Amino acid sequence: MSFRIASSPHQHNQKTTSQLMLWVVIAALPAIAVQSYLFGYGVLVQLLLAIVTAWASEALVLMLRDKTILPRLKDHSALVTAVLLAVSIPAYAPWWLVVIGTAFAIIMVKQLYGGLGFNLFNPAMAAYVLLLIAFPVQMTQWLPPTALQQHALGPLDAVCAVMSQASCQGISLEQLRQGVDGMTMATPLDTARTDLMMGLTLPESYEKPLFQGGVGVGWFWLNLAWLAGGLLLLQQGVIQWRIPVSVLGSLALCSLIAWSVNPDTNFSPLFQLFSGASMLAAFFIATDPVSASTTARGRIYYGVLIGVLVFVIRSFGGYPDAFAFAVLLANMAVPLIDYYTRPRTYGHKAVKGRQ
Amino acid sequence: MSQNYKELATQGLWSNNPGLVQLLGLCPLLAVTNTVTNALGLGIATLLVLLGSNLVVSAIRNWVPREIRIPIFVLVIASFVTAVQLLMNAFTYELYLALGIFIPLIVTNCAIIGRAEAFASKNPMLPSAFDALMMGLGFAAVLLALGAMRELLGQGTLFDGADALLGPWAQALRVEVLALDHYFLLALLPPGAFIGMGLLIAGKNAIDQRKQRKQQVKTAITRARVTGTIV
Repeated sequence: MSFRIASSPHQHNQKTTSQLMLWVVIAALPAIAVQSYLFGYGVLVQLLLAIVTAWASEALVLMLRDKTILPRLKDHSALVTAVLLAVSIPAYAPWWLVVIGTAFAIIMVKQLYGGLGFNLFNPAMAAYVLLLIAFPVQMTQWLPPTALQQHALGPLDAVCAVMSQASCQGISLEQLRQGVDGMTMATPLDTARTDLMMGLTLPESYEKPLFQGGVGVGWFWLNLAWLAGGLLLLQQGVIQWRIPVSVLGSLALCSLIAWSVNPDTNFSPLFQLFSGASMLAAFFIATDPVSASTTARGRIYYGVLIGVLVFVIRSFGGYPDAFAFAVLLANMAVPLIDYYTRPRTYGHKAVKGRQ
Repeated sequence: MSQNYKELATQGLWSNNPGLVQLLGLCPLLAVTNTVTNALGLGIATLLVLLGSNLVVSAIRNWVPREIRIPIFVLVIASFVTAVQLLMNAFTYELYLALGIFIPLIVTNCAIIGRAEAFASKNPMLPSAFDALMMGLGFAAVLLALGAMRELLGQGTLFDGADALLGPWAQALRVEVLALDHYFLLALLPPGAFIGMGLLIAGKNAIDQRKQRKQQVKTAITRARVTGTIV
């Protein structure tokens, strides 16, 4: 009888990279369904464009690098990047936006650093920041949720809208962007922030039709769907609890303090947790196994850093949502965090001054 | 002697390029290369300062005490920068405004003081001048490449606003390569400069590696023949 000699860890869950990635996509499905129900079929068109671009650019770079293409496409990491980017951008953004973003994510952020496992930054979020900085107008033009839209868009209209910025009947997106009451709209976070700047208090801002139900039409349900997907990932052991809990916990704690000091100008913890990309980012983006911290304690620091940064940027920054910036900044801190949180090797004593 | 000059030329233009290899003077390199015109303006200004400072440093090299050579180099460079700045103020006022703080900042450009220290203070005037010319051209070439890349990606034009540098006739130089509805702001902003610079350096390294590989193949073949005859 021969003993197989293998290096630690000796106990691992029996999932391959490609299975893990597929689980992430599966867990994202409910939220994608909710998002396309709320914001129209454009979400699906964006998704399709992103996936095709991601596969094409991955294959192109792998060909240039003389690597085998099919096995690496089958690890589905490009698919996950494409999905995460596609759900982050407005449903009816012009087609070239998502194409540029995905190509940048795969080619520049992932493959130029050496491919899966070597990227310093989360590809989807780096691409999101690129798009937000390069095309601020297109990136912030969210249509109001379908419930508040004046004209409903069919599946074919969605394709027309993404390709030519007008529905097949020729109604331009400008017209579509107007809500039932003829007011143009942005995301709840954006609207609330603009109102604050115009001197309204938040309770006054919440009177608008966009905010029915406290955190904005649809956005609450969308975040619930992401939360459900995230719990599925936790249950499957794809992600660990530390990052999401510390992200959401620190965000909630910061906003609770601010909110109890002055509820008129600070978002409530509930609003913070269930608007924008909170749940999506906490469960699907911050937990990226490559760019996140790898030690147990480090993951908590990493999550807390993201949560605090999100609160700071949402409260004092210039952009409506903050998760992309927070995640990238935290990614930069990861090597340092990992260095200072190295676990004690089994059988060795703890070094004094460092637990 | 001509071999020496050839060596100086390849050093300055390619194998020891101040922008791509020494990575000196990155601050102006990254900051002002958002259009070809700005890049050309700064490239010429740097070239002139480098030429003047190398000439003077080389001329006075036997009378400068070693201990205080750096302040003296800085003084020489600063006087040339002041002259160039006044000239640009007089003749290319718009470009002077566009480049702003980065003209006086040429004083602190390490590429210039680096050449004064490493080459001009040890060599006669003619080679020093030639070295300055080549290093300046190499730096200007990197500026131009980066500027062209960013302007093309950012606004789809080349030589936009060239009249600010070269006079009214240069308006004809403006080429609209792509008619973009939306400016690709990232290319015009500092991140675009960093990414573009990274790509340029990667491109240069790729070319060098390819050359090296070819040479290795060649030498390997000759060696095989040699051993064949000896054995």
